[in-house]
Amino acid sequence: MLSVLHAVFVAPFVDMATAPTFLAEVLIGGIAAGLMYSLVALGFVLIFKASGVFNFAQGVMVLFAALTLVGLMEKGLHVVVALLATVVVMIALAFGIERVVLRPLVNQAPIILFMATIGLNFFLEGLGEMLWGANVKRLDVGIPDESVKLAGILINKLEMSAAATAAVLVAVLAVFFQRTRIGRALRAVADDHEAALSIGIPLKTIWVVVWAVAGLVAIATGVMWGAKSGVQFSLSLIALKALPVLILGGFTSVPGAIVGGLIIGTGEKLGEVYWGPLVGGAIENWFAYVLALVFLVFRPQGLFGERIIERV
Amino acid sequence: MIYREAGQFKTTYASDQAIFPVVQDRWVVAALLVAAFVVPTALASDYWLQAILIPFLIYALAALGLNILTGYAGQLSLGTGGFMAVGGYAAFKLTSVFPGVNILIIFLAAGLFAAAVGLAFGLPSLRIKGFYLAVATLAAQFFLIWLFNKVAWFSNYAPSGTITAPPRTVFGLMVTGPQATPEARYVVALGLAVVFALVAKNLVRGRVGRSWMAIRDRDIAAEIIGVRPLRTKLLAFGISSFYCGVAGAAYVFLYLGSAETLAFDINLSFLVLFMVIIGGLGSILGSFLGAAFIVMVPIFLTNAPHALGVSLPVALLKQIELMIFGGLILFFLIVEPHGLARLWQITKEKLRLWPFPH
Repeated sequence: MLSVLHAVFVAPFVDMATAPTFLAEVLIGGIAAGLMYSLVALGFVLIFKASGVFNFAQGVMVLFAALTLVGLMEKGLHVVVALLATVVVMIALAFGIERVVLRPLVNQAPIILFMATIGLNFFLEGLGEMLWGANVKRLDVGIPDESVKLAGILINKLEMSAAATAAVLVAVLAVFFQRTRIGRALRAVADDHEAALSIGIPLKTIWVVVWAVAGLVAIATGVMWGAKSGVQFSLSLIALKALPVLILGGFTSVPGAIVGGLIIGTGEKLGEVYWGPLVGGAIENWFAYVLALVFLVFRPQGLFGERIIERV
Repeated sequence: MIYREAGQFKTTYASDQAIFPVVQDRWVVAALLVAAFVVPTALASDYWLQAILIPFLIYALAALGLNILTGYAGQLSLGTGGFMAVGGYAAFKLTSVFPGVNILIIFLAAGLFAAAVGLAFGLPSLRIKGFYLAVATLAAQFFLIWLFNKVAWFSNYAPSGTITAPPRTVFGLMVTGPQATPEARYVVALGLAVVFALVAKNLVRGRVGRSWMAIRDRDIAAEIIGVRPLRTKLLAFGISSFYCGVAGAAYVFLYLGSAETLAFDINLSFLVLFMVIIGGLGSILGSFLGAAFIVMVPIFLTNAPHALGVSLPVALLKQIELMIFGGLILFFLIVEPHGLARLWQITKEKLRLWPFPH
């Protein structure tokens, strides 16, 4: 019994203290992974904030964007042209989704809309693979997947650039939400649909805009994840990785998605490296969920979510 | 319906509260039940029983369980696959420890294990609501699958990690294992589905079901009028997981024959959720309709190009199937968000007045 307690509560911390460089590497790896999760979670948050739709298809949108980009590049297009074309495709997709899926389902229960996005999930998966093929593709963005030593700590270049992208993206989104006219309209819709409608904000346009923005975030995510692990079906499964981040940070908070991603990323890496061997490893599938669950019991709306006020 | 119920007066409370208050309905349902037991056992081919009818019944059982939790009590759960895995593995362990016990009792006991696990994972529902809860139940899904994968004890240290249904008899008839005929397994699955559907119907129209629906519609209001949220929500989690557990045991023993944890992954959870939503949230009939729809559509899609004489590459076919499946889900949600059960209800009301709709 005592040895078990020792192995759980003492030994991992001793390991951490005796090898600080390794700990730093694990932490940095965790932060980088966490920012990648944040990128996915960001797409969820944008759509949930503005339309109350829990968009399960975000993961497949990432896959679809990455597949389109790679497919166009394989056709011989220049990277920039292909990227622009992908942007156009994602915006067109936003229009299509608004017209075909969201408009007929307006005012339905959240669970119905959630289900609809799962239907969308299947549809886009089939469409993406039909158009561009299902085999694994390499996406070369010009950043080598290699590590450099910085102050005695190994740092992966690709992970660092992904982190930088995430940071830039969040900054741009923050400016977009706080400083632009359309951003203000988005926040108004997020606060209250009816009130926004009554002061003349066109709801349909707003929906297209958020889905398009989520599509653009999906492109950024797809490029980063695709460069790291290749463009393939499993890319869509990162949606499942982003869910704990989402509930930890709160469904409605952009900073929450970032902080949640960092907590989940580092927590997952630390758990995997220091506690994983105790239970036979491969805990990354559920560890994040349990971590998020523990947080939720104390803060049911996530770290930064809007306070849940219940009225009868 | 096309028949008239004029002249049938309800003179007692019992007849007013009957599940099928109209005489003709009772006859039709009784006839359908007899037909369900007799016709497929006598006529259906092994393919029909094995690939369509048995999975349909087992999925319907799982959908019933999820419908109790999500449709009636309003607690969205994505952990169905995990709870079914508990049932499957518990039944496997129990029957290998007690080989002499009737397999039906083993199924029920496995359901109890699943119910206990469901209760444990239902505890957070008291504080967490809506989509936050849905994501939290994913923790159950991933953790349970990982557990069964990692701990070899659950599969009796089988090197491949698969659990295989051993041969077991019910009243002298072989119902599980490789020697069991599809007919025997079908009858057992049908019996389970009928009994559990009846129990569920009576649960949801009684006091328990009403308190579930009160919690679903507005939990604070329900609390104020005296429905205890702790007990009601946990009861929903327990009973729902019990259903899923029995379905999981039947899934391994009557349908798959042998299974590994992969059979219970997140896709199974989504599949059952689809059945509940397409069939109709908060409807017993809906669980069956949804299960039938989800089982039939892929089979239909696989066979349709063959029947039309079109030959396409397998990969392309798979992708088109996926697209049509997703498209159909969207289509049905848009046409009738309350599910197939609601469509059936509308049809029934129309027919009741037909041909004089005023």
